Amino acid sequence: MSQLFDHTWSLMRFILRRDRIRLPIWILSFVFVSAGIVLVFDNLYGDDIERQAIAETMENPAMVAMVGPNYGGADYTTGAMTAHEMLVMTAAIVALMNILLVSRHTRGDEEEGRLELVRALPVGRLSSITAVLLVLAAVNTVLAVVTGISMAALQVKSVDLHGSLLFGAALGATGLFFAALTAVFAQLTQNARATTGLSIAALLVFYMIRAIGDVMSEALSLTSPLGWILRAKPFVENLWWPVMLSVGLAVTLSILALYLNSIRDHDSGFLPTRAGRTEAPATLRGPFGLAWRLQRTGLIAWAVALFILGISYGSVLGEIERFFEGIDLFQQLIVEQEGFSLIELFIPVLSSVMAILASIPAIMVMLKVKTEEKNGRMEHVIGRSVSRWRVAFSYWLLAALTAIAMLFLTGSGLGLAGNAVLDEDLPLGTYIGASFVYLPAVLIMIGLALVFIGFLPSFASVIWLYLGLSFFVVYLGELLQLPDWVEKLTPYGHTPSIPLDEVNYGMLAVMIAIAVILAVAGAYGFRRRDLKT
Amino acid sequence: MTVVKTQGLSKTFGDFKALDGVDIEVKEGEVFGFIGPNGAGKSTTLRVLLGVLKASEGSAEIFGKDVWKDAVDIHKRVAYVPGDVNLWPNLTGGEVIDLFGRLRGGYDKGRRDELISRFGLDPGKKCRTYSKGNRQKVALIAAFSADADLYIFDEPTSGLDPLMERVFSEYVQEAKAQGKSILLSSHILSEVEKLCDRVAIIRKGRIIETGTLKEMRHLTGSLMFIETDQPIPDLAELRGVHRVQAFDGGWSFQVDADELDAVVRHLSAFGIKRMESRPPTLEDLFIRHYEETETGAGGGV
Repeated sequence: MSQLFDHTWSLMRFILRRDRIRLPIWILSFVFVSAGIVLVFDNLYGDDIERQAIAETMENPAMVAMVGPNYGGADYTTGAMTAHEMLVMTAAIVALMNILLVSRHTRGDEEEGRLELVRALPVGRLSSITAVLLVLAAVNTVLAVVTGISMAALQVKSVDLHGSLLFGAALGATGLFFAALTAVFAQLTQNARATTGLSIAALLVFYMIRAIGDVMSEALSLTSPLGWILRAKPFVENLWWPVMLSVGLAVTLSILALYLNSIRDHDSGFLPTRAGRTEAPATLRGPFGLAWRLQRTGLIAWAVALFILGISYGSVLGEIERFFEGIDLFQQLIVEQEGFSLIELFIPVLSSVMAILASIPAIMVMLKVKTEEKNGRMEHVIGRSVSRWRVAFSYWLLAALTAIAMLFLTGSGLGLAGNAVLDEDLPLGTYIGASFVYLPAVLIMIGLALVFIGFLPSFASVIWLYLGLSFFVVYLGELLQLPDWVEKLTPYGHTPSIPLDEVNYGMLAVMIAIAVILAVAGAYGFRRRDLKT
Repeated sequence: MTVVKTQGLSKTFGDFKALDGVDIEVKEGEVFGFIGPNGAGKSTTLRVLLGVLKASEGSAEIFGKDVWKDAVDIHKRVAYVPGDVNLWPNLTGGEVIDLFGRLRGGYDKGRRDELISRFGLDPGKKCRTYSKGNRQKVALIAAFSADADLYIFDEPTSGLDPLMERVFSEYVQEAKAQGKSILLSSHILSEVEKLCDRVAIIRKGRIIETGTLKEMRHLTGSLMFIETDQPIPDLAELRGVHRVQAFDGGWSFQVDADELDAVVRHLSAFGIKRMESRPPTLEDLFIRHYEETETGAGGGV
């Protein structure tokens, strides 16, 4: 036995030491979000009538597909509401945490050659993977218990200890299931990227099976771990069998992972690896082709995700009128204006939020310059006959095209789904225009990112802080009654609301000019400084 | 004709002076070796020459053009292989080689395939699966398939096996035979000794010696081993004698070329039983330079 598991405990301590910052941040975020939502819901929807209004909205198939069937019924208490609306989403993110951690500590270490160093020491053959799984079991247990206790500690009526612990346990059990599943995938594939990719694909497929199943057939839903975990119904029926099922399967999968690990060679996998191209395709010929090739997969994923986001926002537009009657909050959020339907008032709010989300992939494309530089790969490009201007503007162009595509996709997703559920259609151009009008603002963000790359590369991530601030100001500005000038601190606050405002083309032209000046200045900075490695 | 010329080239990173007045000159058609230990400034010099880093002071020219301002033009005629080759994990080796060729503005496809088979690279594998040696091969194949006038290699063989090292040497010699210039940095002295016409030794950002191997050998003198009937009391004190060590019943030491005659005359009085002499290797030169400058610096304190 010691040949297999020797020093597992030391390796566990080593993993905890390596992730001493990462793990507490993950766990605490789940605790804060879960407990925070209880407080928010308790404050926002204080009485039964308001909650009942929400409960009815939740019967909408689009919402059922997103968060699962409403099991609270007439009993839609704060606890039931929290669990119903938050459980699947939170569990999916807990699953993501487990996937990333397991992939990093199994295939990631193996690929980087670190595991080989460990294996050369007097350490059992299965110690490493056992240590990873045990650490993750502990992490998920702590997550479950701390989340449960924190929610119950808020003393909100209807959020009792039993339900809270079950909610936490449902999160932890789902996490454990995906940790074990990722450990199995880590044996099948040959590198960390494929492990993570396959595991996330599985998570998405399970989510979709649940979404379709919850709308059409419960039996189908029960084949997905995200589907059966919803049947725990915390705060209403408090059933523990889904948690047991997840944990049981996690243990089975873990044993399978250990077995597969024991019969394979170091650095090998069970899935065959495809032979790659021996020659470059014609598209891979300059910095632009390279930038696209490197980020292609990510950009396609973002495009799909943002289109789905647009569709999901669009699909609830039909419920908006009902939303408004019941909820004071949204009446505050939307400034009532004469001559426009509630839907038209709501479109710019959704568009602004989607525009900020659509900025993320565009900014990521621009900041890739920095990653390439840091990883010592920019030198290969600049060391050949390619000017730095050309490099900077290739990435800028891809970022700008990304912004255009993403804004178009969110706007058309919103419009297509919106018109499908609304009695009175709006022209598709209105939706797309409302989204597209944010292009100058996104271009300013891209330009700003390039300025950071040119002059202060080590501080480039400040741009994310600024984007976060913009989100906060634009999304919550009205709600928190912030003064107007605060909104003007971000380019998104200068963008007209379509279809409410008269579009000020002069203002948009000025914004585009600013965006261009920022881009040129950033490229100039990049031209004149040392490459950093 | 001069291909590469730097004058008083200096580079500071914050307070740290990485290069402190580097003067080197590479002539057309020669293989120029740049040697020194890690951290001496070899890579920094090469990266300044490539326009990746901007010189703080001094000038650096390739083909008579400024390496910073005219980088793009210069790079059309230069092929460079960095010391630490980092590649894109999700691209295959073949894709990277083609990309590099296109970024340079043209390469010979037939030669690319020949190089791939000579270096024994599998071009269909993703770069993430390549070892250090294989990543280096990718960069070397891209460099040699380019029709450049100047090749710059930063420790080109540090990850290659001896067979591949030989393939590399052959291609360097072929390029030289075609009248091309090569600037290579290394700390593998036997390689430099075999390939290079002229050598510069760098230490702490300064060039401490430049010249042909022959000139340097002359400066250093010969290595001698001697065994005598009577003990030699004052061997270490003789002018021009260095690094005296007891060895195999006699003494081994180094003699400056211009003192050789006087030293041999003096020693013959002790009854020579055995005497051997060999020219210094680059390693001897290198160690001598480092020891001298080390003790010189130490003595000042």
